[in-house]
Amino acid sequence: MVKQYILVILFSLISHSVFAQIDSTLFKRKPKADSSKMNIDAVYNRPFLQVGRTPLGIGGYAELNTNYGVIDGVSEGLSFQMRRMTLFLGGSLHSKIKFMSEIEFEDGTKEINIEFAALDFQFDNFFNFRGGIVVNPIGAFNQNHDGPKWEFIDRPISATQLLPATFSNVGMGIYGKKYTKQWVLAYEAYLTNGFDETIIDNEFSRTSLSAAKANKDRFEESSNGKPLFTGKVAIRHRKIGELGLSYMGGIYNKFQDDGFVLAPKRALNVFAIDFNTVLKKTKTTITAEWAWINVDLPSSYAVQYGSKQNGGFVDVVQPVFKKPIIGFSNSTFYVSCRLEQVDWNTGKFIETSAKMYDETFSIMPALSWRPISSTVIRLNYRRQKQRDFLGNPPANAGVIQFGLSSYF
Amino acid sequence: MNTRDKMNILFRALLISAIGFLSASCEKILPSSPEENEVLDGTIDALSTAETAKFLRGDGAFTRVFTSSTGLGPLFVSNSCISCHAGDGKGHPSTSLVRFGQINEMGNQFMNQGGPQLQHRAIVGFMPETIPSGATHSTFIAPANTGLGFLEAVSDADILALSDPEDKNNDGISGVPNWIELADFVKPKSNSISKNGKYIGRFGRKAGAYNLLNQTVNAYNQDMGIVSSFSAKDTFSGENQEPEVSDNEIMDLVLYLQTLKAPLQRNVANQDIKDGKVLFVKSQCSSCHIPQMTTGSSSIAGLNNKTFAAYTDLLMHDMGKALDDNYTEGTAKTYEWRTTPLWGLGLSKDSQGGKVHLLHDGRAKSIDEAITLHGGEAVNSREKYSALSTNEKQLLIKFLESL
Ligand code: HEC
Ligand code: HEC
Repeated sequence: MVKQYILVILFSLISHSVFAQIDSTLFKRKPKADSSKMNIDAVYNRPFLQVGRTPLGIGGYAELNTNYGVIDGVSEGLSFQMRRMTLFLGGSLHSKIKFMSEIEFEDGTKEINIEFAALDFQFDNFFNFRGGIVVNPIGAFNQNHDGPKWEFIDRPISATQLLPATFSNVGMGIYGKKYTKQWVLAYEAYLTNGFDETIIDNEFSRTSLSAAKANKDRFEESSNGKPLFTGKVAIRHRKIGELGLSYMGGIYNKFQDDGFVLAPKRALNVFAIDFNTVLKKTKTTITAEWAWINVDLPSSYAVQYGSKQNGGFVDVVQPVFKKPIIGFSNSTFYVSCRLEQVDWNTGKFIETSAKMYDETFSIMPALSWRPISSTVIRLNYRRQKQRDFLGNPPANAGVIQFGLSSYF
Repeated sequence: MNTRDKMNILFRALLISAIGFLSASCEKILPSSPEENEVLDGTIDALSTAETAKFLRGDGAFTRVFTSSTGLGPLFVSNSCISCHAGDGKGHPSTSLVRFGQINEMGNQFMNQGGPQLQHRAIVGFMPETIPSGATHSTFIAPANTGLGFLEAVSDADILALSDPEDKNNDGISGVPNWIELADFVKPKSNSISKNGKYIGRFGRKAGAYNLLNQTVNAYNQDMGIVSSFSAKDTFSGENQEPEVSDNEIMDLVLYLQTLKAPLQRNVANQDIKDGKVLFVKSQCSSCHIPQMTTGSSSIAGLNNKTFAAYTDLLMHDMGKALDDNYTEGTAKTYEWRTTPLWGLGLSKDSQGGKVHLLHDGRAKSIDEAITLHGGEAVNSREKYSALSTNEKQLLIKFLESL
């Protein structure tokens, strides 16, 4: 707890020594793709419709796809899925005060979430205050997850099931950016409400940070009165690429109630590293992210729940054909591939000292076409191997998906 | 035609051929099912539509994971049936369970100290159990769950006919049923045979459970801390509680267990395997691991008067000192164990994490080791096996692995 405050204070102290120019790319119809843009900017770096001359911007995106999957020869047939529709609504109240919100409708109206709703107060470029419902910036995907930005219909397994995808929480914190000629530095640091015991007591029968997403009470109160710290620093070289390091940690269990101690405090720690670059020569985009989790578990707990996990993905996206087609002057085709791996339970069995598995590996080649940059039509083919925690012969899955994702 | 028109035509052609290619090749590029004889799951023949629907619901119950909010615990051993019986197969040492507190037919002396089963795991905020001092215990690894409907449908008379308590045929092998007391919720079959108010148990390593309902209800209660209307007493508080699983869900699960198919033998026609079977019989293994049995009448058509090859006699045998854990159930002796069915043996490693863990506690790490650990009534048989040449042993094991 004290450590977390020190971290926040430390960040703010550094920020005071620096002054730089204000980033005012807010609410542009076409998001700017300049070399100073980083994952941290994703919240505002989206296509917005300006409402008249008001300082209000609205926008959003929708995703639709078909899904045909087979596990070990057994298929549930073909489905159509409306994965999500997300609405953005934001505005500037003053050149230094902005408001941004993001409301997500998943699978029709099965799930409606306020993913983001925060007020930003700018002291200077390197020091902004943010309060409200924020997305905890652990890993880059969490910061930069809009469907139309990706060539793949499914979000990465490591970003959705290992890390909780778009894990938003009520809280506050600071962020900022600093520019030099070649380098851009960015940071974010928040204290928010956080996890609860469902991460080690859930129907997935494995340690699952994303299980805590089901607890909507976290928008009302913390499960244990201990804030969760999430911090990220990222550095971008304008010619090379961006590297991000993030950490999220805190106490997740309810260790006291009404002043009575119920249990020892149990902590969880998450580290993530992310990287993205565009190779100059070939225009190949490489995006990679890996996360490591450790969770302090009660000693006599179900073996399926691991105290260590890790996983991540690497995307390679290659534009292959850029020519005007049927009236789209910037139409581009892409060939891409995503490799993913998650180890849900790193460790050995006490009884046999054999390796514990519970692992998923997936490879997903993709073809996509972007008639315009903010609309993508994608065809994905996934092959996935999943081993249970004992390491028995894997379940083999294959999925073919075809879909559309677009900002509007 | 200008380049732009050409591009447009090319684009449409590409799109249409891509879609065509995909729909044609779907089946080829997606994973196919494993051969039926390579996996344990699947149903017996001739299920009715209603039985199939019940089977599928039972499958759901078997894979259902319990959490503290759906009733798990407070004390438990694991959180779902499937976690201990992966792929309906044998269990792994990490999910084995321990029972304690009974050394003879006087019953369990530690019932008010957490007996008969140790729940060494607990949900957050509760202390798990430990074995009370003075109690002896035995470790049990989960047996496979396949073909159990056939075993349940064998008549008591057939089982008794195989037993030979006085060893009248002088082969050194007696074989006795475990006569057990029935819990209130267990209703004996119409043609069942009883002795002093006790009935023949047939499920579990000690044959301590009468039928699949008995086994299932106990598994919910003792393995997962899930109480039901059949068995309402919570293992932690000792108090009766509201059911945490419905009677319907339990009955679906019982039908699921009854109708899981019998494991299918592989490479039946292979000469080595045929020779191996001859050696199996010659080594007297088949005196306990009886190659063939027949079910009595059953309301499930696929189980009604069927012959099957489980390689068990459902009887208890003295297995010698090395396998005597000083713990027992019913009227069985501490050194007696129910003959383990050998069907599915070759697929054991596919549910045990790639390596086999055989015998009641998983102590044997190979088939050969399992055989050499046979003692007691099986001593003659073991010696016959030991006297085989290396090649003959290999044939015998090859046969066992085809099961
Ligand atoms: C903690 C692990 C564990 C869990 C959970 C568990 N079992 Fe078992 N199961 C075992 C073990 C160990 C045995 C052997 C017990 C014995 O020998 O008495 C067994 C035995 C059985 C048997 C008897 C098989 C035979 O050949 O005699 C059946 C049937 C069975 N379990 C079904 C179930 C069902 C249904 C569930 C869920 C309701 C379940 N089990 C949950 C470990 C488990
Ligand atoms: C006297 C009866 C008897 C004879 C004879 C006998 N067995 Fe067994 N067998 C058993 C019993 C009882 C068990 C279970 C012991 C235990 O779990 O501790 C068993 C277990 C096994 C197992 C382990 C199965 C498993 O899944 O864990 C194998 C393999 C086996 N026997 C093979 C053989 C072979 C091969 C022979 C002949 C050489 C043989 N048995 C002779 C009674 C017998």
